[in-house]
Amino acid sequence: MAFDAAKDRQFKVVGTRPRRPDGIDKVTGKAQYGADMSAPGMLHGLVLRSPHPHARIVGIDASAALDMAGVKAVVTNADLAEPEDDFYRDIKDNVLARDKALYDGHAVAAVAATSLEIALAALDRIEVEYEVLPHVTDVDAAMAPDAPVVQPGRADETVPSGHSENVTGYWQFGHGDPEGGFAKADKIVERSFKTAATHQGYIEPHACLGSMTSDGKGELWCCTQGQYMVRSTCAALLGMDASQLRVTASEIGGGFGGKTTTFIEPVALALSRKCGRPVKMVMSREEVFRATGPTASSSIDVKIGMTSDGKVTAGAATLRYQGGAFPSETVLFGAQSAFAAYDLEAVRTEGFSVLTNRPKEAAYRAPGAPMAVYAVESVVDELCQHFGLDPFEVRLKNAARKGTLSSYGPTFDEIGLVATLEAAQAHAHYSAPLGPNQGRGISCGFWFNFGGNTCVSLNVNDDGTVGVTEGNPDIGGSRASISMMAAEELGIPYEKVRTVVTDTNSLGFNDVTDGSRVTFAVGLATINAARAAKAEMCRRVAKLWGLEEDAVKWENGAVVPAGPNAGKHESMSLAEIAAIADQTGGPIAGHHETNADGAGVSFGVHICDAEVDPETGATKVLRYTVFQDAGKAVHPDYVEGQMQGGAVQGIGWALNEEYIYGDDGKLQNPGFLDYRVPVASDLPPIDTVILEIPNPGHPYGVRGVGETSIVPPLAALSNAISRAAGIRLAELPMSPPRIRAALRG
Amino acid sequence: MIRVKLWGSLRSLADDQDEVEIDARTLKDVRDALSSRFPRLKPQIDRGVSFAVDGLIYRDDWLLDVTKANEIVMMPRMVGG
Repeated sequence: MAFDAAKDRQFKVVGTRPRRPDGIDKVTGKAQYGADMSAPGMLHGLVLRSPHPHARIVGIDASAALDMAGVKAVVTNADLAEPEDDFYRDIKDNVLARDKALYDGHAVAAVAATSLEIALAALDRIEVEYEVLPHVTDVDAAMAPDAPVVQPGRADETVPSGHSENVTGYWQFGHGDPEGGFAKADKIVERSFKTAATHQGYIEPHACLGSMTSDGKGELWCCTQGQYMVRSTCAALLGMDASQLRVTASEIGGGFGGKTTTFIEPVALALSRKCGRPVKMVMSREEVFRATGPTASSSIDVKIGMTSDGKVTAGAATLRYQGGAFPSETVLFGAQSAFAAYDLEAVRTEGFSVLTNRPKEAAYRAPGAPMAVYAVESVVDELCQHFGLDPFEVRLKNAARKGTLSSYGPTFDEIGLVATLEAAQAHAHYSAPLGPNQGRGISCGFWFNFGGNTCVSLNVNDDGTVGVTEGNPDIGGSRASISMMAAEELGIPYEKVRTVVTDTNSLGFNDVTDGSRVTFAVGLATINAARAAKAEMCRRVAKLWGLEEDAVKWENGAVVPAGPNAGKHESMSLAEIAAIADQTGGPIAGHHETNADGAGVSFGVHICDAEVDPETGATKVLRYTVFQDAGKAVHPDYVEGQMQGGAVQGIGWALNEEYIYGDDGKLQNPGFLDYRVPVASDLPPIDTVILEIPNPGHPYGVRGVGETSIVPPLAALSNAISRAAGIRLAELPMSPPRIRAALRG
Repeated sequence: MIRVKLWGSLRSLADDQDEVEIDARTLKDVRDALSSRFPRLKPQIDRGVSFAVDGLIYRDDWLLDVTKANEIVMMPRMVGG
């Protein structure tokens, strides 16, 4: 759906900052999260997890647990259906291990009991006989020819021969002749980088309440980024029709990609099916760390050639991502994103996806891109420093723009990178003075964005208010922005619209809330639903006035005569039309269903000032500014919040966050005490500059903004530290011990 | 005939070509023609692909009309967080 022709549109609601609709509930504790659900006769479910990173399951004996008073059911992998395709079979084997425990914390069995205490005691009574196997948790070690094989036979047809069986996928992108390009360079820098696996850091652990009836119907309440995805997955794993399972999403305490899959939901339903009572399951924080999906850890080689005047002659990168114990494809997004900000005659990237004895990775905000862009932007900065060139001038000299053949294949149409770079270069932040031990780093970032399957129903109430029903959990302010777009389109105040997120039986299929898609795609569907309702109201009023439909039009929230021949009629507002809906044909509504396309890619540029303490190696972020092409910012508070949140998550990834596995293959830091996310006192205010370059694929010019902001911080920090302390670290996180060691040579 | 660009590692599965000519009117035709002419591409196409048409990425729009004037690039299936 193209950008509206009326490009001089003066928005009345879109672009303002009304109060968020979920704020009161959240600050007063009334919001209903996953763990807040309960039901009469409810049982409590807990999961028994493997203490070994890799072990064959010789046998499971649950008889002693089942003999306990209060224990109602135990389930294992054998209690789930056998899906036909690999995608669902892998989820099944992740939520309850098949014949091998593949990582420390892998679910092996689950129990439902009348109390948490009994369920906990029952876990101790389940006897599991393991045959412990060699393990591997490092991506490079897993690619070695003699590495323990996590799952044999999982490589797809793209993997070149000669690799470890742990390599399951291979991708290559690019164009031109990199070797020829390198030959034209005055300087070539080749570096290798490693980045740690990081957690999405959502506050709310996974939680659900599942209930199956004896006639095969199911109800599930859970915290998720996509209730329709949960329904599809659980139906496949339970062997039931999707129509018989209704899934309702709770309020969500963060997701960032980590709630785009299932862990305990099919297990709760399987337990409920076995004992006939509702089963509630709530993960502990330790379980979240040990057994849900962090992002991939990576090992990346980058080679870039540059002339002395700052022209990049060629770029190449080899990326190796481990995605845990099941095949994943995140590396391909790294391989596509790595050089996306550059207009290059010659570029080649290749990516290897690798199995290790770690939990199955889940998506994390712009999955795969931050680590790849970190490696490339670090090398670009090193070349800028070598030649004494301004990092903005170099990026502008090489910036992708309309007509650039992108590093991942297509030719770019209108994109906002140059405008974003120019805005950042001209900003006062870039010319502010720095003190001793302080440095300033910049980085570009990129993400694709997409639209996807979306359904919206919009109902005009008899009092002139409007209800919008949509199917995507609100993780970034979408209820506000959707209400705003409905109000804008209908010409009524924002306060007259309420948007709710509904269950899986109330609308057609909606894709998961991911890919920065919701404000774009649901907004687009909402505008179309509102236009359908307006058309119906125009039709009714035209008939009341004895006119043809084209003799009326919608203007400022009312139907008015259109053209000189329509005669004089008092305009009829939405409220007036709604009040006589019963007498003019019944309820007035609009709906729209689409697989939205045209999301448009997104670029961001970050500037970071950091100070490195030469004694302790600690890094303090002094000032940070995010510049991003957001398209039309529907609710600027939320857009700024997305930009700030992504930046903070990226700062944590750069400086402190990491999954630490010991030689024993066990996670050493499964909690927020030892897994260090940035807190408010660690950070300065994150400044934001929104560039509103309209997206040509949306009627209001809206573009997804949720993911790009996590991409630049890793390199922005690395480049700032390099310029502050004269050291270039090649491994994330750049924690104080690592910086201190580098400072001491 | 329209031209479809493939990403680099698919070249070996498509007779060493990174750009192929096929007869197609829609993205569904593109998928079918590629799978039929290059059977070794079919597993990847079945696992999921996107297509960029003149720079815009389409995940599932089989009915989208395409012509020889379009730049068509087969890409991995998009996901997000």
